[in-house]
Amino acid sequence: MRWIKEIETFWTLFTAPTVWALHFLVCYVAVAVYCAKQGALAMSFETMRWLLGGITVAALAVIVLSAWLAWRQWGFGTEVPPHDAPTQDDRRKFQGFATLLLSGLSFVSVLYVTVPLFFIGACQS
Amino acid sequence: MVVGGAIIWALVVGLLLYAGHARREPITARKASWLILGGGVAFPVIVLFCLLAYAVWLMPQIRPFMPALMDNKPQIEATGEQFWWRLRYLDDGGNTAFETANELRLPVGERTTFRLKAADVIHSFWIPSLGGKMDMIPGRDNVLSLEPTKTGVYRAPCAEFCGTSHALMAFSVIVMERPDFDAWRQSRIEAAAMPQPAHPGRDLFFRHGCAACHTIAGTPAIGRIGPDLTRIGERQTIAAGTLANTKDNIARFIREPDAIKPGVEMPAFGMLPDGDIEAIAAWLGGLK
Repeated sequence: MRWIKEIETFWTLFTAPTVWALHFLVCYVAVAVYCAKQGALAMSFETMRWLLGGITVAALAVIVLSAWLAWRQWGFGTEVPPHDAPTQDDRRKFQGFATLLLSGLSFVSVLYVTVPLFFIGACQS
Repeated sequence: MVVGGAIIWALVVGLLLYAGHARREPITARKASWLILGGGVAFPVIVLFCLLAYAVWLMPQIRPFMPALMDNKPQIEATGEQFWWRLRYLDDGGNTAFETANELRLPVGERTTFRLKAADVIHSFWIPSLGGKMDMIPGRDNVLSLEPTKTGVYRAPCAEFCGTSHALMAFSVIVMERPDFDAWRQSRIEAAAMPQPAHPGRDLFFRHGCAACHTIAGTPAIGRIGPDLTRIGERQTIAAGTLANTKDNIARFIREPDAIKPGVEMPAFGMLPDGDIEAIAAWLGGLK
């Protein structure tokens, strides 16, 4: 995984928020489609709940992976911010730290999006 | 809520005093980062999570659209009209047991489910002391349930701008003990079979065509356009929460409804002889 430390791209920064956005979309669209086509799908609401639960776990795993890579990129926190020197090393560490914080935010957000899954009893009639 | 608010207020003021009076000693960087992590990240995340979970858990009870909660069938159908409230009490079969207007009576300590409708434009049904508001939308049935916990009289204004007299569209809610409520409900159901005794105002009411729009149980008046006036004398207010329920005010409303409620559908009957108006008002005010 040495290449991760070398990478000079912004995409790693957006991984966790992208996963959060996709998870949000999947949860809401899946429930909306399921409830609109209730009769047409041979699937109970419980199955739906477990399915989305599985997707949530997967999303959290990707975010944790992103956080771990970011932590690594940040040098495991050996140096404290601000990484504001005009060097490649500081740029990498800054990006790593920012990614780590974004991953934390996304983790919490995915958890918050999941809360209704525990309380929704059925589709709105 | 008040206790929670008081605790938070005391904490904030306490912190303020502490910050003002504590000796200024720098804390270590390690301690500072734990403070930021704990107070700035962990604490709000946990508190917000708990509040969110509590709010989401509460939601189905306030908005009973889930099939599991639909067992409590609507007991009252409320329709918003410009600018008054048509209130139908439903029987177990979902049919209208009786209709009334602008004054709601509810049993205390029990959850009552409402079906909300609108006849013309969007209105909003709101009894602030009992719960949140919900829109009444033409062509759509919304369901709301409320559980009053204290007896008393509450005011409920229309909470969605609906026209010139929007601010003059309210109803009163009387929360009663269950036996009183049952007695009232039963007497209202029986009112249809109890003929109203003769009265000069009664004859004038029919002669001047009031019955074309208004219903009064126990008389041949079965108009459906305007508010049901059965036992209007027992209501707290007239003209949908606009005027105190006195005979003078009833007479005034018959004479110039549009001066009291701009945009009202009811035509003015100021051309009638004063004596006739007084007699009708006296009869209506005495219907209890």
